[in-house]
Amino acid sequence: MNNKGFSLKDLTKKRLFMPIACLVVVLLINLIKTPDFFNISINNGVLYGYIIDVINRGSELAILAIGMTLVASSSGGTDISVGAIAAVAAAVITNILSGGTDSVSEFHAPLAVAILAGLLVAVLCGMWNGFLVASLKIQPMVATLILYTAGRGIAQLITRGQITYIRVDAYKVIGSQFGHNPVPAPIYVAIFMIVVAALFLKYTAFGLYVQTVGINAKAARLVGLNPVKIQFLCYMICGLMAGIAGVIYSSRIYSCDANNIGLNVEMDAILAVALGGNSLAGGKFSLPGSLIGAYTIQALTTSLYAMGVSSDQLPVYKAIVVVIIVSLQSPELYKLIKHHKKTGAEKKNLIKEAVQS
Amino acid sequence: MKDEVVLEMKNVNKTFPGVKALTDVSFKLRKGEVNALMGENGAGKSTLIKVLTGVKDYEMDSGEVRIEGNPVVIKSPQDAQRKGISTVYQEVNLCSNLTVAENLYADREPMKFGLIDWKTMNRKSQELLSSLDINIDVTKVLSNYSIAMQQMVAIARAVDMDCKVLILDEPTSSLDDQEVEKLFMLMERLKKQGVGIVFVTHFLEQVYRIAEHITVLRNGTLVGEYETKNLPRVDLVAKMMGKSFDDLAEIKSEGGSTKKDEVILEAKGLGHKGTIKPFDLVLHKGEVIGLAGLLGSGRSELVRSIYGADKADEGELDFKGKKLLIGAPIDAIKNGMAYLPEDRKEEGIIADLSVRENIIIALQARRGMFKLISRKEQEEFADKYIKEIQIKTASRETPIKQLSGGNQQKVIIARWLLTNPDFLILDEPTRGIDVGTKTEIQKLVLKLASDGMTVMFISSEIEEMIRTCSRMLIMRDGRKVGELGEQEIDQMNIMKAIAGGNE
Repeated sequence: MNNKGFSLKDLTKKRLFMPIACLVVVLLINLIKTPDFFNISINNGVLYGYIIDVINRGSELAILAIGMTLVASSSGGTDISVGAIAAVAAAVITNILSGGTDSVSEFHAPLAVAILAGLLVAVLCGMWNGFLVASLKIQPMVATLILYTAGRGIAQLITRGQITYIRVDAYKVIGSQFGHNPVPAPIYVAIFMIVVAALFLKYTAFGLYVQTVGINAKAARLVGLNPVKIQFLCYMICGLMAGIAGVIYSSRIYSCDANNIGLNVEMDAILAVALGGNSLAGGKFSLPGSLIGAYTIQALTTSLYAMGVSSDQLPVYKAIVVVIIVSLQSPELYKLIKHHKKTGAEKKNLIKEAVQS
Repeated sequence: MKDEVVLEMKNVNKTFPGVKALTDVSFKLRKGEVNALMGENGAGKSTLIKVLTGVKDYEMDSGEVRIEGNPVVIKSPQDAQRKGISTVYQEVNLCSNLTVAENLYADREPMKFGLIDWKTMNRKSQELLSSLDINIDVTKVLSNYSIAMQQMVAIARAVDMDCKVLILDEPTSSLDDQEVEKLFMLMERLKKQGVGIVFVTHFLEQVYRIAEHITVLRNGTLVGEYETKNLPRVDLVAKMMGKSFDDLAEIKSEGGSTKKDEVILEAKGLGHKGTIKPFDLVLHKGEVIGLAGLLGSGRSELVRSIYGADKADEGELDFKGKKLLIGAPIDAIKNGMAYLPEDRKEEGIIADLSVRENIIIALQARRGMFKLISRKEQEEFADKYIKEIQIKTASRETPIKQLSGGNQQKVIIARWLLTNPDFLILDEPTRGIDVGTKTEIQKLVLKLASDGMTVMFISSEIEEMIRTCSRMLIMRDGRKVGELGEQEIDQMNIMKAIAGGNE
């Protein structure tokens, strides 16, 4: 066996190989279908281009994927309320800033206070989910379904059914750009959150605890961990992440449209975790995997738009590509193929033997 | 009829990444006989059986399987069953949330008008079980019954499906003597019907009671097949271990068991409703205390209430001279206790994590989330124990689930030794573990005690406890009923105390 083949084989065994390969393939297809996909220009002082769009628009998804990864790992379930929580956070923030009116051109309260209040409400939502899942042992899907359905209603109540506009430049910063910096601001926010999460996982035992609880909660308790507390924390962090995503969403459109902020984003976030090669049944996780998954999905969405697919048909194409990616990552598929080859060969051999005798 | 070969495996080879699990192993089973498959942990018994029954990822690399002389390829456990090979595993693999009857007939439910005929199913189940002298309510959910009973149900299911070869993979490790007796009666009956039985076990006595042939594996190779009546026990053990038999009886004198008077733990009226009645207990530094009793007598429940695995709801506990309130295991760990649980798979190992992570997790939990043990230290700790107690693993990063049972147990022992406890509770540490590792663990216990650690030792094997314990507590029906001092510990006294003959 030659050396080159060996190292390639080792490479394909790496956990992140498939997620990265999938992202590369999606980008390569773009290169062929939309040659200007990788063009970057500066438009009105901001970086502009499809690829920038992927990274920019993928920010919220990447942030959500951090929380979703922890939730999936620790509880073997998913939080389907993150989109709704984002909407609630946005509603709280805009309502505080507008002082209860529908459209304002100056803040009615300090921006920092409003954002902190929004994030606090998001954390409370996460704690609610955590309480239901960790303490009451309600299945994650059912527990988070409550806020999934009620969340947008609550947001509507807060905004009194109106779309609240905050027409103040300072409010648009997070969703557009910092000063004259050409890199869109959401990218910085995402990078900041990713770095914080990575450092937290690297320098504390939290990641190990989460995985231990997700794999075997009983054993986790006997070695001195508190599975309830750890699951609760994961849902709380997930809520916070949803709140931060909500801030970006809202800042982009300097308003709160409770019906549309983060709509269906929970599914993308769950998919990001799965595409990253993480098991949704809990246990071992890879944060880089989830992040690659998040940007893969965003790349997919953006490229489909670039190819001129209309937004109402988008889900169909997305679904097809996702099925392909997910099955490419399934070891079962390779076994099936191997098995078919093997039984085929066996049959041939049997026929040979029969002919010879 | 006895010489008619029903199952034959020839030159089976199986390699896992980095490990040669089976090398040219052959195995022969005749009609109506019991062939005991023996070997230490990691000898390849389980692998051979998984290869035979077509378990996923266990396809053989080369070799041949013949059933009644015809070559066959077995693709899956279902396929094996269709070809007449049924398996009952050590860990019951039925659905504990279904009823007994549903478990017996899962996948082959009697149908009526396209719907499941519950009446017939329940009636047939009841008939099947009573024919085997198992008297339980088949409409109750399986988890209502003990592991032992669940195992009997699993065997009943296997037996009811027309089988030529029945594989029993350590079926007796969780059964008490009476239940073993029932199982043997059942096996005798099946032998008469011409069923060939592959019997995997660690219990020598049982092998000599029931098996006609013994096949010994060591390190993935076949040592040989022997007629039971021509193979003395000492020879069998020697063949399994590949060396002459290390005299187990002598280990105690090495360890020494000088009486120590310093009290380390005192329980007053400690109890947990429904599982263990209030008990008093005084333990000294450097003692090895045995807990003897039948299955379900409250042995595990007693230690669990001390450790906080099941929080005690009455009574007091003094540990190292101060009163302890234990709400959860972490409180016990912080004060210097350690607990190796009875059920290794369910409560011990963290399957997908590496050997390293499994070793450091308890120490990490004690230190707290923000005081991460550095990667370098983690590796040193892992390497130290892999070497010290000879954990056989491909590397410290190997997931623990890939290790053999005995080595998994060693990893869990390492996990607790790393926390340097004053009081170590070992609940069935040697169950399902080969003779060699068993002796190692016993020696380790004695060494720890002579270094001043207090060890509580629970085992279903009385001999093992006689060898290691300096004092014994006797449990019966959830109650501590007696104590035996060092001079009184012998088989007879223990049996008497457990049985409660003089009351």
